[in-house]
Amino acid sequence: MSEHLSALIVVLPLLAAPVCLLLRHTAMVRAWTSIVAWACMIMAWTLLERVQTGGAISYSMGGWDPPLGIEYRLDALNAYLLVIVTTIAAVVFPSGTILTGTALPEGKRHLYFAALLLCLAGLLGISSTGDLFNVFVFVEITSLSSYTLISLGKDRRALTAAFSYLVMGTIGGTFLLLGIGFLYQVTGTLNMQDLALRLPELLESRTVLAGFAFLMVGGSIKLAVFPLHQWLPNAYTQAPPAVSAFIAATATKVSYYLLARVIFTIFGAAFVFDALHLHWLMLPMALAAMFAGSFAAVFQTDLKRLLAYSSIAQIGYMVLGLSMASEAGLTGGIVHLFNHALMKGGLFLAVASVVMRTGSSSVNAISGLGRKMPITMAAMVIGGLSLIGVPGTAGFVSKWYLVVGALEHGWYSVAVLILLSSLIAVVYVWRLVEIAFFGEATHDVCEVPWNSWLPTWILIGGTLVFGLWTDVTVGGASSAARALLGGTP
Amino acid sequence: MEALGVWNYWVVVLLMMIGLYTVIARDHLVKKLIGLGVFQVSVIMFYVSMGKVTGGTAPIIPDEVPAEGILYSNPLPHVLMLTAIVVGVATLAVGLALVVRIREAYGTAEEDELQRMNGAQS
Repeated sequence: MSEHLSALIVVLPLLAAPVCLLLRHTAMVRAWTSIVAWACMIMAWTLLERVQTGGAISYSMGGWDPPLGIEYRLDALNAYLLVIVTTIAAVVFPSGTILTGTALPEGKRHLYFAALLLCLAGLLGISSTGDLFNVFVFVEITSLSSYTLISLGKDRRALTAAFSYLVMGTIGGTFLLLGIGFLYQVTGTLNMQDLALRLPELLESRTVLAGFAFLMVGGSIKLAVFPLHQWLPNAYTQAPPAVSAFIAATATKVSYYLLARVIFTIFGAAFVFDALHLHWLMLPMALAAMFAGSFAAVFQTDLKRLLAYSSIAQIGYMVLGLSMASEAGLTGGIVHLFNHALMKGGLFLAVASVVMRTGSSSVNAISGLGRKMPITMAAMVIGGLSLIGVPGTAGFVSKWYLVVGALEHGWYSVAVLILLSSLIAVVYVWRLVEIAFFGEATHDVCEVPWNSWLPTWILIGGTLVFGLWTDVTVGGASSAARALLGGTP
Repeated sequence: MEALGVWNYWVVVLLMMIGLYTVIARDHLVKKLIGLGVFQVSVIMFYVSMGKVTGGTAPIIPDEVPAEGILYSNPLPHVLMLTAIVVGVATLAVGLALVVRIREAYGTAEEDELQRMNGAQS
């Protein structure tokens, strides 16, 4: 049983989704979804522990050995990612705000939970498979379920947001498929380890270069790297807030993993950075994302849109870590996956609580709520501080490693820019604090019930805990970074 | 004329560009989805023509005649495309369902009108 864990963690949510259709009753489906998410989280932590003590786990699907069969391969990076995704799912799915802001009538709600579970299955599949075509299939499972989830927002604009995400996402997914096709055409294999062995002698081939380009662009669309981010603000703004919390905290992280896997494991850092000089493309894009995203966030009048633009800036920090291709830089990028998942998940859940009480997610809705909903608003402030990167919060840890990475490279101006862009975050976070604590109370509301504020606080508390106690997060991230750079994960 | 020898890839490129152009240039959402479909089909054609070996036959090992010396086509890309076709159909289904809902909510499926209505609302 236990040797099948790396397959079970994907298969369980995949099979649990149709069960939702049989249960139908909303309360039962909710409990079932939470149980599945919790089971996945336990499996993920077990796998992480096993990978860290015993090295990479290879699992042959159906007993067919790789490279012919499909391999599920977990190393320090995958296992870390599985932990991020399942932990967020285990916190968000049981939340009392999970149905807030959805346009679903009673009697159709079990379908919403089925889509959530399918999305989880897709994300876990991308993270654990060692087969490129499998990646494409799971990317599409994730995307299709997230189009559905986003379109369930209350406002009719959710529909157009979901549609434009569908068009962008499908183009991105098809680019991935095309890139995979080019690589298969040259190497005759789809297994990542096998590709890594066969590619080095073929790197001069134009087919391989074209395949690499398509994989990078496809992955960047899914990650919403700066010039390709247009779909993200609308999608996050119009989706039900709990869906925004789940997708913002997990989907972009998994796309980031995919890019890191393609760059470091399949093609190798030497080819990508020494021969192609990709960091001279990624670095300006990351810096532009940091500034453009933060600037845009300052002027937003909707809380979810503000957080969405801040996500674009945070993705910039992660890509910055990727472009450094050094242990400190990658550690910063990967640890920021975890930290950003915690804080953005927590902040979106706090917004979900606001929507639950006031029915609106506009910035003015939180006016004076600091006194009415102190628990939720305190969480929002701490999450905001973590976005800025105040010492003692998780955001500080990741920015610390990024700055160290930049200094190691001698990129002093980049280190200064990291700090400057953090200052812009101060502006938009302070705006929220000012409105929430010094504004006139316009809504006569009370605090949300415990099952709504507790999930927010688990994530926000996590940013405080992992801001001071960094053994697990930084330890896991740096062994993941070493595995990526070492070539043999 | 060597470049024309790989005419199957020219077809793929042509279809792909037609699809992508339709997605970008057309205003009606259903037409966008048609473009998206053509775009996906071009990649499917790419895989299918990639697996074909000139003179190769269907990859079924015969029972009686000696199996050596028979040239087979590569079946793997074809099998992969079965999955990709399913993905394409699912995407189209979700997309069309969204267009139906958009039409119900806005009374139109023209992108410029939708943008105008969204802009007026926010």
